[in-house]
Order: sequence, then C-alpha cells, then structure tokens
Amino acid sequence: MIINGVTIDATFAEAFPMKGTRAIITAQNEKWAMIAAQAMTGFATSVIACGCEAGIERVLTPDETPDGRPGVAIMIFAMGGKGLAKQLETRAGQCVLTSPTSALFAGIDGGIRIPLGKNLRYFGDGFQTAKVISGKRYWRIPVMDGEFLAEATTGQVDAVGGGNFLVLAQSQPQALAACEAAIEEMRKIPNVIMPFPGGVVRSGSKVGSKYKTLGASTNDAFCPTLKGATKKTDLSPDIESVMEIVIDGLSKEDIAKAMRVGIQAVCNLGAENGIMRISAGNYGGKLGPFHFHLQEIMA
Amino acid sequence: MSALTFTLKTRPDQRVDMSPLVCHALEKLEPAEISAIKLHCGKRKVRVDEIFTISGFDPKHILIKNSFSKLDCIGKDLDGGIIHVEGDVGAYCGMGMKKGIINVLGDAGLYAGCEMKKGLLEISGNAGDFLGGALAGNKMGMKGGLILVKGNAGDRVGDHLRRGTILIEGNAGDYCGSRMIAGTIAVMGNTGKFLGHSMRRGTLLLWNMPKLSASFNDCGSHTLAFLPMLFDSFKELNSPFAQSENAFNRVQRFAGDMAEIGRGEVLVKI
Repeated sequence: MIINGVTIDATFAEAFPMKGTRAIITAQNEKWAMIAAQAMTGFATSVIACGCEAGIERVLTPDETPDGRPGVAIMIFAMGGKGLAKQLETRAGQCVLTSPTSALFAGIDGGIRIPLGKNLRYFGDGFQTAKVISGKRYWRIPVMDGEFLAEATTGQVDAVGGGNFLVLAQSQPQALAACEAAIEEMRKIPNVIMPFPGGVVRSGSKVGSKYKTLGASTNDAFCPTLKGATKKTDLSPDIESVMEIVIDGLSKEDIAKAMRVGIQAVCNLGAENGIMRISAGNYGGKLGPFHFHLQEIMA
Repeated sequence: MSALTFTLKTRPDQRVDMSPLVCHALEKLEPAEISAIKLHCGKRKVRVDEIFTISGFDPKHILIKNSFSKLDCIGKDLDGGIIHVEGDVGAYCGMGMKKGIINVLGDAGLYAGCEMKKGLLEISGNAGDFLGGALAGNKMGMKGGLILVKGNAGDRVGDHLRRGTILIEGNAGDYCGSRMIAGTIAVMGNTGKFLGHSMRRGTLLLWNMPKLSASFNDCGSHTLAFLPMLFDSFKELNSPFAQSENAFNRVQRFAGDMAEIGRGEVLVKI
C-alpha cells in the first residue's frame, strides 16, 4: 500500500492488555493545572522502568471540570491494577497535592474503584473532612494555601498499551517534523495518550539483549547507523532516520483511530518531504493479543 | 396510570399511623386488600377505607389529599416511589426512608426525615423539631439523602446528623446541628441559640452571621473549592438553593464545637 508516495508496510503493531485510569487536575488557571499535570505524568514513558505509562490527554475548559475551574485530563496505564493504584496514589501525593491551588477528581466513573484522595487524606493529620456531593465522596485536606480537594476514588478499567507505528524518513529533521504533525492530530483523539517525550520515541526497543540483565535493547533492525553492521536491518539505503509513536488507550478502537489519524498526518507530508515508509513494531504476534495491521487501519 | 389517591373523609380525633401506606408495601396488593389494611388510630385500629376514599391505581405514586397534622409516619421506611401530600403531615414523616421522594405541600410535625437513609423529602411549609434527627435514645440521625424545607424549621435540626444534606430556606430554631456527627445543614434565614452544640464534624452553611457560643473558634475568611460543587448539586431542586445568584464560595469559617472534638465547621457567607 502506498499513500502519497509513502509505503505502508504489510505488518502490524502488537499491543498488550493494561489497566488504565484517568484523573482530572484543576487549578486556579490553566497554567497551574498544566504544571501539576506535567509533574504527575513525568517519568512515565514506559513500564519497562517507570512503573507506568502516563500522559496528558487534553486540556479541559472550566465547564468540563467538576469544580468549574480550568483543568487537564491525564491518563495512567500500568500492567496490573495493583501497580496502577500505587503509581496513581504516589504521583497524586507528590505532584498534585503539592502543586499550588490544585484539586484532583476522578476521570472515569465506572470500573473498579481505586484510591485517588482516599489515602492522601491522612496528610490532613486528623483535620481532613469528607463531603459527599451528588453521591461522590470528596476529601478536603487542609494545606498551607487553603484546602486541597480530592475525590476519594477514580475508576480503573481494562485498557490497551503499546500500539505503535514507525516513521521512516530520509533525514532526522524530516522524521521529527512528520511525527510532530502526527502527534498534533492524535492529541485530538479522546481516550489515548502518547507517553514518550513530546509523544515521540527515538529509541525503539526490541525484546532481549546480549546482556543478560537487560530485558530490552535497541531495535537494531531500525537503527540507520547499523544498516551495514547488523544482519537483520529493515532499512533501505535511503532511510537515515526512524522515529516511533507509541499509543496507550482505553480500547483497541481508540488506539486504531489514533493510529489512523497519525499515519494519515504523516502521509500528508508525503514522499516529497522525505517520508519513505510507515512500519510498526511487533514480536511476531506471540506476546500481545492486540494486533493493529497498518494496511487494514489505513484501508 | 393515575396516582393511587387516599382522600381523607373526616379528621379523626386520634393520631393515625400511616406507615403501612408506602409504595413498596402496596405494589402487589389488590384494591380490596389496600382498603382492608388496618391503621392504628389512637388505641384502636381502623380500615383504610374507613377514613379514606381510595381512587387511582399506581402504587408507585401515592397521593394523600386533605392531609392534616395528625397523620403520622407518612412515608416511613419508604423504599422507592413518590408520595405526594396535599396538606400538613404529622410526626415522623419520611422516617427511615430508604429511597424515593416525599413531597409535602403543607407543614410537617416533629421528627420529619429522622434517621432517613436516602431519597428526597421536600416540605413546602414549616418543619417541626428534630428535623433529620435521631429518635430519642438513638445515636445516629439522618444517614443520607436530602431534606428541603421551604419554610422554617424548629429546634434541634439535624440532631446527631450522620450524613446527608438538610436545606432550610427560612429560619432554623435553637440547637441547630446539635451533636452532628457529619453531613451538611444549610440555612438561608436566621438560626437560633446554641448553634452546633456538641457537633463533632460536619458543615453548617449559613447566609447570616449566627450568635455562636464560645466553643467555636474563628478560622478566618476563605474561598473553599467544594462550595461551588455543593451548590451545583442543588441545581435540580425547586428552590432558591438552586439559583446561581445564591451560590457563593467565600466564607468566614468557624471551627467547633471545641467542647467536643472540634472537627465541625460553621461557614458563614461573606
């Protein structure tokens, strides 16, 4: 399949079941809501070493937030419910509770309830108070700038992590420009995040390593400087840079939708802007039950 | 289907226990069986059709007409459905209610909504003492739901209140919020003496500065984030509480009762 001169490989992205949740952070203004959101979703690019994958889903207008203030929706994904709950609570406590004027609310009403402010309340040292408003429990925790308001729980749902596609370009600036265009469009899609820096990862990995202690190592098949050095290169001579976009979402459909708009944005730049191919990372279909076939998505 | 309507024929001299006439208890009964239900009236029992004319069919929507202040226990332990009362009601209206709606067009007597667990009790007139409170000797009053009083309320509003919300558009009497364990009481009018006496936790939200006892300490003026959400939760009500011009988030906060554990608060609009 070729779109605007860009070859869509006959391959698929392989994704895994994860547990996901969403939280809404509000503050006095969008600036401080975003600061808290960025702190909470920091160091959360990959479950390989971060414990979770997290990102900012979108900015919320005051009429979309529970307390009528500007807000930001963030999503966190982990391999299991226990890990997710721990990451959520730790990050909420260290990054949102501490952030001036912030408040924290559930972003998912259904699912299994996991603690959001339920245990953070103990920071109040006995001065905390609960309020049940419209059937939802909120904790009011006295802090130095006033009160930190946090909903007791949020919903944990089954999710999908590890959707991806690779952008293969003639040069590094062209690969990055294409990924930026893709991310801009993909951020308009609800229920997904792209957890890597700016949504783009330049160090895609393969499973395993020559070093026994490492579970993952550089994806040498897509490293342009190894074209002549590795036996299994997947790159043609004209490709000088490869970047990857990884997507976590609440459902397979959400990820497929995000992949489609992202790949389309890349293809819109086309071969004339140095974009040669779109590929995807997989493990032969043996590890993850969710397979996103690129040509089916773009059909 | 038209509401199951009980129209009072004559006013009995003795008080009547109306607790059998609740939606969930009448759902599976035939009209003849409903007519034959015995109600306590003073020291004797009377058939329903002895004091009421019965019409209509829908047991999920009960209408009581010509009600007066000796009809006690209307909607007691109500577990779903709607009870609409034209006139006043006696004591214990909505006591222990589990869910549903009770709408009283007149005044309510003592202990309205006492120990209710969920649902909505709306009183268009005035309410008597111990609104949403605990029965004598019991340690927990209302445990959930919402009570709206469009007139004034008597003494001891929310005595031992455990959870839930009591909204009073008019004035509240003495000892409002006494011995509160948690929950919220909002009063748009004035409040009487000994406000929040021995309250442990919970919120008394006031539009007018009360006369507070010495065991309430001023914590200063604050903008509280939960208040807009609280007011927003009232927006479906037929009440000034639902109007955005009556909402506020800036309050003077008093902590108390320091004679108890002092985790309660009186928030006064500023």
